[in-house]
Amino acid sequence: MNFFLLSVLKAAVVAFVLLTTLAYLQWVERKVIAHIQVRMGPYRVGPHGLLQPLADVIKLITKEELIPPHVNKFMYLLAPFLAVTMALVSISVIPFGTEIHVFGTPTWMQLTDLNVGLLFILAVSSMGVYGIALGGWASNNKYSLLGGLRSSAQMISYELPLSIAIASPLLLVNTLSLREIVQAQTGSIIHWNILRWPAPQIVSFLVFLIAGFAETNRVPFDLPEAENELVAGFHTEYSSMKFAAFFMAEYANMVTVSCMTAILFLGGWQPLFSPAWGSNFVPTLIFTAGGLIAIYHGLNPARKLDRITLPVTGVVFLLVGALFLVPAAQNALIPLFWFAAKVGAVLFLYIWVRGTLPRFRYDQLMRFAWKVLFPVALANLLVTGLVVALW
Amino acid sequence: MPSGYLPIFIFLVIAIAFPVVTIIIAKLIRPSSPFQSKLEAYECGIKAASDSRGRYTVRFYIIAILFVIFDVETIFLFPWAVRYRALGWFGVAEVGVFLLILIVGYIWAWKKGALEWV
Repeated sequence: MNFFLLSVLKAAVVAFVLLTTLAYLQWVERKVIAHIQVRMGPYRVGPHGLLQPLADVIKLITKEELIPPHVNKFMYLLAPFLAVTMALVSISVIPFGTEIHVFGTPTWMQLTDLNVGLLFILAVSSMGVYGIALGGWASNNKYSLLGGLRSSAQMISYELPLSIAIASPLLLVNTLSLREIVQAQTGSIIHWNILRWPAPQIVSFLVFLIAGFAETNRVPFDLPEAENELVAGFHTEYSSMKFAAFFMAEYANMVTVSCMTAILFLGGWQPLFSPAWGSNFVPTLIFTAGGLIAIYHGLNPARKLDRITLPVTGVVFLLVGALFLVPAAQNALIPLFWFAAKVGAVLFLYIWVRGTLPRFRYDQLMRFAWKVLFPVALANLLVTGLVVALW
Repeated sequence: MPSGYLPIFIFLVIAIAFPVVTIIIAKLIRPSSPFQSKLEAYECGIKAASDSRGRYTVRFYIIAILFVIFDVETIFLFPWAVRYRALGWFGVAEVGVFLLILIVGYIWAWKKGALEWV
């Protein structure tokens, strides 16, 4: 199959999956936060609020859009585009799985593999800062200006420990191509960079995670949109789809940082333990367990409706579990499963932290970046370098 | 391999088209009835005393300067890390000297109070 056509096909699939993930990530976040706070969360639109993302899109599209006369119009319009486009593009070098065959043509489950993939992601995600800084400045509103300034200062401060934390595992794998980084971690959990002999990167993993929270402006570092002091921060003056664009950029960044965490430290699509020990059956087991639980609850229903919906869900789960046993599908699905599981775990951590931790004060935030994270990341880099050289 | 960048451009087209299309669709179907007080700068209902093109703290500027210095340092670390095994002890010594200078600079900035926020 033609390379160009194949690229278009892959780009379309990745874009569709990414946008669906972004929409449902927000639903998952609301549900998880709700359950942490002992509420039900979205429940009215569709079963368990599953159609809520669709309703939100319709609401945002039909909202009145105000462009206040006091804004700097060009910058004001450019900012959300820049933020969302850059956030989406950075996913294009992420490897999701191993080599598969599409209509007989071998291809990787990755849009493209650059030999400078890691630098590409860093460069593109730094461009996202412009979206926020421009949006905050162009709105010509005091809250927006403060939010934009805070946000850009925070993002550039945390970018230093972030990039130094990335450099340490690079000493072990010696490549910038994301696919080769994952391939270098082949094997069980002890070969992943986080636990890899001779220099386990646990410290660098933690620094990366914390800096990642700050880079995506998430709790406990969500100072740019601290609603009780800055209303909505840099997007105070944005409404309708432009507001949605900023919102989507934030979630897309979250997905990218989670993918980066999985690739750099958690072995990407590599299984938790070797296939020789039966790791290929883990997805089947998990889905079967989920299906059996759903069927059990369907046989002892709490509500009348559950008598139909829960067994149907259970059967679907069992079928998905069975799909993982088909040899033709295994090659593609199992790496995808592990990758999705790792990214999902990191994303869940993001939401969990939001439901648990309070917000930092701004001076604490800056002090933490410059006086704690930066020296720790640097020390970790030096120690890793020495250990690798001595080994 | 320049062909490796082709899929990125295809994806870039999608990533640009998506917000453009949604904003155009939104423009076609949304209501629009602006009036004076709706269009004012949002300051919790109080009339804005001035616009926001005023002064703000110089701290942001200092942080930006520090960022430029130290970020260039981290960019130099990437090629070094990729060639680390090939360089051997030469690489260790070289980056040792390089980082030493920057760490001295970092300590100097700390002592000068450039890292204090208030």
